[in-house]
Amino acid sequence: MTRERKPAVGVQAPPPCKSKPAQAKHSPVAAPAKRTRKDRAAVAAAAPETPPLELRLLADMLRIRRMEEKCAELYGAGKIRGFLHLYIGEEACATGTMHALAAEDSVVATYREHGHALLRGVSMDAIMAEMFGKAAGCSRGRGGSMHLFDVSRRFYGGNAIVGGGLPLAVGLALADMLQGVRRVTACVFGEGAMAEGAFHESMNLAALWQLPVLFCCENNLYAMGTALARSESQTDLCAKAASYKVATFRADGMDVRAVFDTVSRAAQQVRAGGGPAFVELQTYRFRAHSMFDPDLYRDKAEIEQWKQRGPIHSFSGQLKAEGLLTEELFLAFDAAAAAEVAAATDFAEQAPWEPVADLLKDVHTPAGADEGGAR
Amino acid sequence: MRISYREAMRQALREAMANDARVFLMGEDVGRYGGSYAVSKGLLEEFGPERIRDTPLSELGFVGAGVGAALGGLRPIVEVMTVNFSLLALDQIVNSASLLRHMSGGQCSVPLVLRMATGAGRQLAAQHSHSLENWYAHIPGIRVLAPATVADARGMLAPALADPDPVVIFEHAQLYNLEGELADDWRCDIARAAVRRPGTQASVFAYGGCLPKALQAADELAAAGIDVEVVDLRVLRPLDIDTIAASVRRTHRALVVDEGWRSGSLAAEVIARIVETCFYDLDAPPARVCSEEVPIPYAKHLEDAALPQPAKIVAAVKELLNV
Repeated sequence: MTRERKPAVGVQAPPPCKSKPAQAKHSPVAAPAKRTRKDRAAVAAAAPETPPLELRLLADMLRIRRMEEKCAELYGAGKIRGFLHLYIGEEACATGTMHALAAEDSVVATYREHGHALLRGVSMDAIMAEMFGKAAGCSRGRGGSMHLFDVSRRFYGGNAIVGGGLPLAVGLALADMLQGVRRVTACVFGEGAMAEGAFHESMNLAALWQLPVLFCCENNLYAMGTALARSESQTDLCAKAASYKVATFRADGMDVRAVFDTVSRAAQQVRAGGGPAFVELQTYRFRAHSMFDPDLYRDKAEIEQWKQRGPIHSFSGQLKAEGLLTEELFLAFDAAAAAEVAAATDFAEQAPWEPVADLLKDVHTPAGADEGGAR
Repeated sequence: MRISYREAMRQALREAMANDARVFLMGEDVGRYGGSYAVSKGLLEEFGPERIRDTPLSELGFVGAGVGAALGGLRPIVEVMTVNFSLLALDQIVNSASLLRHMSGGQCSVPLVLRMATGAGRQLAAQHSHSLENWYAHIPGIRVLAPATVADARGMLAPALADPDPVVIFEHAQLYNLEGELADDWRCDIARAAVRRPGTQASVFAYGGCLPKALQAADELAAAGIDVEVVDLRVLRPLDIDTIAASVRRTHRALVVDEGWRSGSLAAEVIARIVETCFYDLDAPPARVCSEEVPIPYAKHLEDAALPQPAKIVAAVKELLNV
C-alpha cells in the first residue's frame, strides 16, 4: 500500500482555498456505488444501516485506494498491461465530486479515471475485468484502464487524449439543453489539459451557449513530468477560466469535505441554469504518472510533504477527532474494501476471454442494436 | 426537375430538419451568413437559431460537440466549411467519433453527419485546395461519401442520418453550381458504387469532382471510337468492391481517377482491391490519374496542370488500350 504520513510539525500548509469545510449534509442523489454482496455484508456488520455522508466518503476513498494498490501489484505480475495511471493521493477529488453529482448527471473523464468509474457505480468486478482485458470488463476488454465506460450510468469514458473529453462534454450538455433535460455534465481533466486548444474552445462554446457543463480540473501540478509553472504562463487556473466569463471555484483537493462542498455548490449553480462553472481541485499524485514513469522530475521531499496531507488519513483523523469514527469502524471499512478488491480480482481472473472470432465486433452498429443509453 | 447541386443539398437538409426534431445543423456561418457555399441559405429563418446553429471558428470544439450531442441523443449535422479546416478537428473525428463504439465495447453509437467541401480548381492555392478523402477513408468506424450528382446531393443525406455511426460527406466545391435533372426517384443507398455510363473497352473509376471530368473524357473517347464505362465510386468507405470488380470483369481494363495525390491515394487502394480480386480478368496493368505531387499552386495554368483533367484521362485510357 502507499503510505500516508502523519503531518509533521512545521509543514507548510497548502495554498489557501476559497471553499469552507462542508457542513455535514447529505449527498443530493449520489447513487451509492454498487458493491458485492460480501462487501455489503461486511459494511452492514460494522456500520449503521445508512452511514452518514462522511463515512461513505471515507469508505469510498478506501475502495479506490485498495483497488489501485491491487492494480499496481497486478501490473507487476503481468496481469494488467498497457498504460496504467494511478490516482493514489488524489482520491478526495473523485470521491467528493462523484458524491456531489446526481445519478442522472453525465460524466466525462480522463485516462486516470478508475476511481471516478467506481464511484459512478461501475462495479469493481467490471473495472478489474476490463483491466485484465476480459469480455466481462465494462468495455468488453476493448478499452482497458484508460477507457472505462458505462453509458447506462452516463459515464462516457475514459479518454486518453488530453483535453479530448471536453468537447464531448459540451456536446452532451448541448443535447440536454436542446432536449429540455435539466442535467449537469461533469467533465474531469487535469491541469495539463488547460494548455490544449480543446480546453479553450470548449470553455468558449460552453460559456457562449450557457451550457450546463461543470469543468472539474484536478490540478495535480504535473502534466506528466512538466510542472505547472513550466507549462502555463498563467498559473492561476481560476483566473484563466474566468476569462471566459465562467464562474470559478477552488478547493483543497486533499480534503474530501471541501471537494464535496465546493463541487456541490458549483453543480447546484450549473443545474439551476447559471451556465457552466469551473472548479479547480488542488491535489497531488503520490505515484508516478504511469507504470513507465521513473518519476525523476519531482523532488522526493515534495512528494513526502504532500503525503503528509494524504486524504484518507487526514480525513479519518478528523472524523475520529469529531467522534464520528472509531478505529474499529475504520478497520471494518478497510476490510470491506479489501474483500471487494479480492472478489473483483478473482472475478477478473476467472472471467473468460472474448473469442478472437469477435474481433471485428462493434466497429459499426449492427442493425437493430442499441445505440446507447442516452436515448 | 432541373436543379443545382447546391439546391439539391439544401432540399435534403430542409427535409431532414422537418422530418426529425433531433436533427440540427451546426457550423461556421451556416445561419445568418447562409453557409459559405450558400447551401443553408434560408434555413435559419425556417428553423431558428437553436437548430441552425452558428459556431465560432472552433473546429475541434464544435466537431467534438457534435460527437457529444450525438452521444446525447441528437442527430447532428456538422458542417466544417472545408476539408482543409477539418484538419483542426481531426482529433475529434479520428480519436472520438470513429472509436467510441468499439472502445466502449459497443455501448454507444455516434450518429453524427459531418459535411465538408473539398477539392481544388478555383485558384484558392495550397491551403484551400486539399483533397483528403482518402485520409478519412482509412479510418474504421466511419462511412465516407462523395456525392457527385444532383441526385446523390439530394439523396445521400437521409440515409447518412439514418446510419447510427459517423458519416463524412465530401461535397466537391466545383460541383455546387452543377445543374442536372433530378428524377422523381432520387432516393438512393449509401452502400453501392454506380455505373454512370456503360461501356465495353475500359472501366474508368472516379468520384466527386473527378466524375464530370471522367464523363467528359468518355464523350471525347467515344468520338474517337473508344467505348469506356464510367463508374462513380460514390461510397469511399467501405468500398463497393462488387460493383468495381463486376465492371473490370466486363471491360478487362481499369483506370482510376483521383484528385488526391498519387502516393497513398484512394486510387492506390482501389487498384490494390482490383488486383486482389480480379487480377486474372485484367488485360493490362491498372492505371491511375491523380494530382501531381505538389502543393496546389495559385496560378491557373499551374493549378490546371496539377489536377486530373479530361485530357489526361483520355491519354491514360488510350495508353491503357495501347492505341
